[in-house]
Amino acid sequence: MLMKDKVALVTGGSSGIGRAIALTWAREGAQVVVSDINEKAGEETAALVRAQGCEALFVVADASKPADCQNLVERTVARFGRLDVACNNAGIAGAAAPTADYPLDGWAQVIDLNLSGVFYGMKYQIGAMLKNGGGCIINMASVLGAVAFATAPAYTAAKHGVVGLTRAAALEYSAQGIRINAVGPAFITTALTENLTNDPAINAMLTALHPIGRLGLPQEVAELVVWLCSDRASFVTGAYYPIDGGYLAR
Amino acid sequence: MSSFQDKVVVITGGAGEIGKAAAKLLASDGAAVLLVDCNPKALDVAVAEIGSKRVSACVADVTDVASTQAYIRAAVDRFGGIDVLLSNAGIEGKVAPIFDADPADFDRVIAVNVRGVWLSLKYAIPEIRKRGGGSIVISSSIAGLRGTAGVTPYVTSKHAVIGLMRAAALECAPFNIRVNTVNPSPVETRMMRSLEEGLMPGKAEEVHTMLKAMIPLQRYAESADVAKLMRFLASDDSAFITGSVYSVDGGFNAG
Repeated sequence: MLMKDKVALVTGGSSGIGRAIALTWAREGAQVVVSDINEKAGEETAALVRAQGCEALFVVADASKPADCQNLVERTVARFGRLDVACNNAGIAGAAAPTADYPLDGWAQVIDLNLSGVFYGMKYQIGAMLKNGGGCIINMASVLGAVAFATAPAYTAAKHGVVGLTRAAALEYSAQGIRINAVGPAFITTALTENLTNDPAINAMLTALHPIGRLGLPQEVAELVVWLCSDRASFVTGAYYPIDGGYLAR
Repeated sequence: MSSFQDKVVVITGGAGEIGKAAAKLLASDGAAVLLVDCNPKALDVAVAEIGSKRVSACVADVTDVASTQAYIRAAVDRFGGIDVLLSNAGIEGKVAPIFDADPADFDRVIAVNVRGVWLSLKYAIPEIRKRGGGSIVISSSIAGLRGTAGVTPYVTSKHAVIGLMRAAALECAPFNIRVNTVNPSPVETRMMRSLEEGLMPGKAEEVHTMLKAMIPLQRYAESADVAKLMRFLASDDSAFITGSVYSVDGGFNAG
């Protein structure tokens, strides 16, 4: 098992990639803290972790609120005594509109959660990790951390920001034993994309963006996250790892 | 995590430190491994060190078409096919600024590091296709992403294989063959000892100390660090990852 007895927290853990990460951590022996604004589905993820024989804690938290991020880390340490691994995964797709038409409140929502949320998360996670001599942080970027998508200016900007933030934090904390990396999924079959993929024409257009001929699965992203969290990746830090079925190769 | 039971892996540069480290991991995960190298003595040592019945060696010049065809055939004849190619053979060339560099040295580095990789893909892909898909991992470098003074042929070659990887990933996606690069920072190997000496003759140890200080994790990569990433990219755990540049550099490329 790659994460035996590690204490690992994931934001946006109620569904999709976040839930897959929580369950894959459990498979690898971790104690898992799940957080989300969706209490019912988050508790469900925690129950699924316990069903695999691992301890789990659900903490309701809005990752776009600093106080919630601080509380999440405090609750984790109060319950498990430490924090080893964190995945800042909570995110929203946001409105679809070109830049001049993009709603101001929609912009703020996406930036607050997808970018500032990662900063708030790391700000408190790093403190806890330094106390136990190190740790590992994975930030959920996107292929849109490297290229743009028309009508998604806020998402594109936020995810580019996450890549930059990841690199800066890695330079600052790697020598102190905290490895910090970003992963960049292309379109993954989740609740975030289902209103797109339910439309056959849009689904065909999205599929065509992936040379591999399909969208990704949450489990595939979770396997990369687990690998990055494990000692197998002990020299990997400050990296941005796309997981995109060839999306960025074109 | 995925196992490599019944998988056949071909590793070029198989007698070098990184190739050997990858072979050890993959053999211990159940793979049959063909080590390809131009150095027969080093190959004998590598096979003995790994000590698995399912590890075999083939002497080859990776720049040569017939030699490439021969090692691909050797893998198929000995193990029944090919599932994974680690196209890892590479040379560093001589250290010199471009205005003092020898054109023959440039040709030699490009022949091994670019033509050799291209040939390995050309002849391995049809075999991997026959198995219904697989994974190819090309050894690029931090020098494939950034410049380093004094080694223009090497920097050129390592940038080139990223382009090759991307195009091959697009071509091979329909056949379920994934293609990615690994991009290490300096690794504790013979090649780095040679480059350190070349950069400041007689002061290799100082160069070593200086370069380490430039890496956020404050050390070079070990061959095993690179091998572990190769294993992940070769495995089915990375089924959605293709066309990507994966650095293993202690944070070097972040700053």
